[in-house]
Amino acid sequence: MGTFDLLLQGLVAALEPMMLVYALIGVTLGTAVGVLPGIGPALTVALLLPVTYRLDPAGSLIMFAGIYYGGMYGGSTTSILLNTPGESASIVTALEGNKMARKGRGGPALATAAIGSFIAGLIATLLLAFIAPWVVRFALSFGPADYFALMVLAFVTVSAAFGDSALRGITALFIGLGLGLIGIDLQTGQTRLAFGIPDLLDGIEVTTLAVALFAIGETLKVACSPTQIHEEVEAVKGSVWMTLQDWKRSWASWLRGTFIGFPIGAMPAGGADVASFLSYSAERNFSKHPEEFGEGAIEGVAGPEAANNASAAGTLVPLLTLGLPTTATAAIMLAGFQQFGLQPGPLLFTNNASLVWALIASLLVANLMLLVLNLPLIGLWVRLLTIPKPWLYAGILSFATLGTIGANAAVMRIGWLTFSFELLLLLAFGILGYLLRRFGYPIAPVVVGLILGPMAEQQLRRALAISQGDPAVLFHSPVAMVLYAVAAIALLLPVFLRLRGRGQLLGQLATDED
Amino acid sequence: MTDRANVTRRPDGAALVIAAVLAVIAAVIFWQTAQMRVVAVYARVGPTTFPYIVATGLAVLSVLTAVSALRGSFPEREKDNYGPMFWIVGGLLAQMFLMFPLGFSIATGVLFAMTAAGFGKRKFWFSLPIGIVFAFLIWLVFARGLQLSLPSGPLEAAAVSVLNGMSGGA
Repeated sequence: MGTFDLLLQGLVAALEPMMLVYALIGVTLGTAVGVLPGIGPALTVALLLPVTYRLDPAGSLIMFAGIYYGGMYGGSTTSILLNTPGESASIVTALEGNKMARKGRGGPALATAAIGSFIAGLIATLLLAFIAPWVVRFALSFGPADYFALMVLAFVTVSAAFGDSALRGITALFIGLGLGLIGIDLQTGQTRLAFGIPDLLDGIEVTTLAVALFAIGETLKVACSPTQIHEEVEAVKGSVWMTLQDWKRSWASWLRGTFIGFPIGAMPAGGADVASFLSYSAERNFSKHPEEFGEGAIEGVAGPEAANNASAAGTLVPLLTLGLPTTATAAIMLAGFQQFGLQPGPLLFTNNASLVWALIASLLVANLMLLVLNLPLIGLWVRLLTIPKPWLYAGILSFATLGTIGANAAVMRIGWLTFSFELLLLLAFGILGYLLRRFGYPIAPVVVGLILGPMAEQQLRRALAISQGDPAVLFHSPVAMVLYAVAAIALLLPVFLRLRGRGQLLGQLATDED
Repeated sequence: MTDRANVTRRPDGAALVIAAVLAVIAAVIFWQTAQMRVVAVYARVGPTTFPYIVATGLAVLSVLTAVSALRGSFPEREKDNYGPMFWIVGGLLAQMFLMFPLGFSIATGVLFAMTAAGFGKRKFWFSLPIGIVFAFLIWLVFARGLQLSLPSGPLEAAAVSVLNGMSGGA
């Protein structure tokens, strides 16, 4: 059966009323969390994982994907109207978008972001549908050594390739890898690093770690920061609709953004923030109005917003076809699949074909819903931005602890004290999250390390078992060699660029962040 | 060398502490892994291989972090206020210990009020009841509606008996 038929079948499944409800819940929640500063799609999926434990697998996964896409849409609203990115991928959008809003052109800025996200989401989801089967065919021939090489590549790109310090990125990754060691070893039943605590035998829950690092770490950082910025929400003045001139200036940027964002998401080459940044610098070079950049150029909103949505779709290619998460959100979605006993990878496309195709098709549906939710209802989302910080963060922490205690309500007793060990872990990782932020360490590599580390270990041991312990087996296959070469380039190129006067690209990343 | 070397910055004490912590973690993993009793079949490649790799990596990173700290090449930090930190961490601790004796709603209400206090809203007569009502609504939706197992206390028990009474009486 051809890809097109499979996609159509998926579409039929995705259009069932129940699935539409799940998708609608997903995109609504996703937009809301994208809009709210401080919480992103990764955190929301992590919070919902324990809650969806008893729900339908296909529906839950459709909901998670809706949250992912919705988060990308919603983030742009905050960037444009508040100048504080709702999530990291929208940092660049704030540069031009907020300037537009201050000039009373907030409406067209929101419109170009939403329509650009829609077009990018549409094209990128179709690319996902047509590329995935091809990758699956290729991946079926992969051996353990190839998978291990692939994971090494993902480790390098997630932790070291971008951002301002490879050292801190890799350190964050190794903290995640270290946490991944805790618990019972699956192959031998050997207990590792549990220190005699029964709650640690099953290992560290990805959701607990992610919720702690994202929700509690972020809350602590915001609360303790001495510069309590008082932000003004720009009112949406004038028409939401774009003029003919706006359309003319936007369409090429949307397409460029899409074709920059999708490969970056798909090739484990960094997350949506990298895609949106590259798109921004491309737009600045291509623009016929370079003098407007920094003053509110519509291309600078259209391109990056398309790019970050396209990269979200691109991220699903390695996630679904190889089981390889390359962003924090993808890592938590992988945990979501595992919660339902599903293992993403080439076999998912043969064993659970209907589920995979319903998921992919539902992304098209979600995308359409998001366009409707975001353009006419924009006023509603803007109101979310006016929730005062004390109530907002008090609510976030209540939900953060809800998910954690819901996942594991076991009681621990020391003397007359009764408490939840899972909440203790949550607090400890929350403080870790605060410290990581304070010292400039990235968060995503810790989460990816925790979930991908044990998988990499399994592949490594499988490869070494076949060769009876000879590490040379890791370098036998041409696929693995190519992957290691790419990983080496991803690791060394930024170092080289930094040495040569920090490199234009990385330098801009560093300056644009503050 | 890079242009950074020209700027003389003082060694970063906090970053040196990070390097030391990484070294301690590496040592703990080495020590715990060395203590494992592993069946001879797995002597070459087994449950100890990967921990040793991770511990070695952490040890190397610890040295590099120390070098980076001595060269003062960590990013500049703002001076954080720790007052809010005590409120929020205190709120989380309070919730953790109150959860089983008093149930989800009261414990989470305390967390809610203390977090709001961390952000400057110190009117507990207002925020505590709001928090408890909010947490109770969450409990209703998730524990009753979605069958998530959340610890219950006197408030939840009372609610259950009221709800049962209503369905029993009807």
